[in-house]
Amino acid sequence: MEYITGQEIDGEEKAKILCCQCGTSIEPNPANMCVACLRSHIDITEGIPKQATLHFCKGCERYLQPPSEWVPCALESRELLSLCLKKLKGLHRVKLIDAGFVWTEPHSKRIKVKLTVHAEVLGGAILQQVFVVEYTVNHQMCDDCHRSEAQDYWRALVQVRQKAENKKTFYYLEQMILKHKAHEHTLGIKPIHEGLDFFYPTEAYARKMVDFLVSVLPCRFQHSKKLISHDIHSNVYNYKFTYSVEIVPVSKDSVICLPHKLTHQLGGISPLCIVHRVTNCVHLIDPTTAQIAEVNSTIFWRYPFNSICNPKQLTEYIVMDIELILNKNRKTFPGQGAVSNKHILADVWVVKASELGLSENTIHSRTHLGHILKPGDSALGYALGDSNINDPNFEKLDATKVPDVILVKKHYGDKGARRRFRNWKLKHLAEEKTNLNTATNEYLEFLDDLEEDPAYRQNVNIFHDKSKFQTAVDVDDLGDETIPHITLDEMLDDLNLEDIDMQETE
Amino acid sequence: MAVRVQFENNNEVGVFSKLTNSYCLVAIGGSENFYSVFEAELADTVPVIHASVAGCRIIGRMCVGNKNGLLVPNSTTDTELQHLRNSLPDTVCVQRVEERLSALGNVVACNDYVALVHPDLDRETEEILADVLKVEVFRQTVASNVLVGSYCILSNQGGLVHPHTSVQDQDELSSLLQVPLVAGTVNRGSEVIAAGMVVNDWCSFCGMDTTSTELSVIESIFKLNEAQPSAIATTMRASLIESMS
Repeated sequence: MEYITGQEIDGEEKAKILCCQCGTSIEPNPANMCVACLRSHIDITEGIPKQATLHFCKGCERYLQPPSEWVPCALESRELLSLCLKKLKGLHRVKLIDAGFVWTEPHSKRIKVKLTVHAEVLGGAILQQVFVVEYTVNHQMCDDCHRSEAQDYWRALVQVRQKAENKKTFYYLEQMILKHKAHEHTLGIKPIHEGLDFFYPTEAYARKMVDFLVSVLPCRFQHSKKLISHDIHSNVYNYKFTYSVEIVPVSKDSVICLPHKLTHQLGGISPLCIVHRVTNCVHLIDPTTAQIAEVNSTIFWRYPFNSICNPKQLTEYIVMDIELILNKNRKTFPGQGAVSNKHILADVWVVKASELGLSENTIHSRTHLGHILKPGDSALGYALGDSNINDPNFEKLDATKVPDVILVKKHYGDKGARRRFRNWKLKHLAEEKTNLNTATNEYLEFLDDLEEDPAYRQNVNIFHDKSKFQTAVDVDDLGDETIPHITLDEMLDDLNLEDIDMQETE
Repeated sequence: MAVRVQFENNNEVGVFSKLTNSYCLVAIGGSENFYSVFEAELADTVPVIHASVAGCRIIGRMCVGNKNGLLVPNSTTDTELQHLRNSLPDTVCVQRVEERLSALGNVVACNDYVALVHPDLDRETEEILADVLKVEVFRQTVASNVLVGSYCILSNQGGLVHPHTSVQDQDELSSLLQVPLVAGTVNRGSEVIAAGMVVNDWCSFCGMDTTSTELSVIESIFKLNEAQPSAIATTMRASLIESMS
């Protein structure tokens, strides 16, 4: 059996006709024109614009995707191509076969796209055509940039304030914010007298920040909103929201005087207490009994109290003699609150460091620092007897019961050397403007505190300072083993964190 | 001689006119331009007549005719019929036909001797066609189109058919009609040939869009260049004189 070839099946031989334009012999087609004539007579790209405009925001380097979206795309990227194609109106009438960029100089503000299209012409014939569309890149500022240019970019504001001289809480807060990345959505952070302002694009982010603050520090807040504009037709109201957050006005190492009622509530603690630590509540310790108490924000704002002595007034004392008070010798009474077992009560006789050798009479005081003080050590304390204190609660106290000196902490030798050899560092909120000046004495004292109190630093990310690594080996030069320092263990953990951090930034 | 002409900005001149070897019908237009072109070409040989059929201007599609006669559809009014009878030469027989396919121009293609008709044309009409126009009738299709009157055009010299007509079909039709045929187009690629042009033995009128290539095809197949009325006195002179002597 023989195969029948395709031509034989086809049977009918089509008559050739002459192309109606040029007279060449062609197979009849719907247009009855040869391909060359068809191409020269019919432009299938007729309805497609050959020039178009793209809008580009210089500020954020994004392109406008109508109606209102802004998308970042690189030159000659797939995204940019789809954006360009969307700009062409008549493309739906033809079949797009291929599209690609023609190289243009990056700064020329021109983008050229080469398109290949198919279209059906004159009832059946399919024509392919290649053409180039030129796009002009025009500058248009996007809404976000426009708002930030107009200084009108924030919707919500969180004002954090602490009305106190002692600003250590702010350094602590900065570290907490960094650790929990609570500042992620801020548009800006602005230092204000007695505090910081955090700006947010939406109220939700501000609310989140406030929740965070409430959870890490004892504070209270007020909420207010200001009507910027409104549209009565669509019931749209445009507000600016403000949260005013007030942090309790006491900080670590201050001495406070409790109101009488509150001392009862806190288990008969004596009214003169040292602020031992401020976390999400204020930790108080009574230096005369080592009794401890915690005051949360609710209690604080119900019975507010103020600091009577601040770390600026700390004076150095030399311990002349110390006598530990054993537990059995302690006075206890029913209903007494918790007593710290990390501290040892002691009777201590001290002399002002400035008057050492000049005056013979030692000052007696009771201290909770019996576990670290030895005769000859120096300690920092407040000379309560010599100070002029204006506090309503303090004035109600029996003057005879007020100690002359309250020792707050041990003083570890040469601070300068210690700070020089410090082989760790903290991170800071990126904005230089935050004005939490890291060179101040207060900040350095905050670092000292972190070194001295492990519980205090457990909420803080401490980073190994590699620039100081070599010198840190010589820390023995300081000679004193008792000087508190942050172990390499604590930092090593954090080192990993830092590595992760760096990967993220890459 | 092939002439380009337009009827009120429309290139389908075969719709608005009917040209035979003994008369020419022209639709009544808004202006006399169309008529004037025909008049200028034909005035000294055949009568050019303003006409309408059933109140329509599309006379080319409504009626069919040759030098012997003219068939008009049943819808033609008596006045129109009377006008045609009055205007046409006495040798031309005008007849009204009762035919379901009333656009006679679309279903019949003829010259003075043969006619191709729509396969479904009425038997009686076919007989009338044969009697009045004195033609031999063939039921045929052109490139599978039943509207033979639209897709092919014939003169005594030749014929132009739909461009899709295969070579075999052309050979078959050509042997039936006894004239050479060619596939082609008018009006820059239009396949509806009879609508785009009219032709008789010495003259042709095409739509304004018709390209020079198409014109040259038309002129060569219908032998328009040599087929002038004066050809009788020139090319045929020798044989005529011989037969007379």
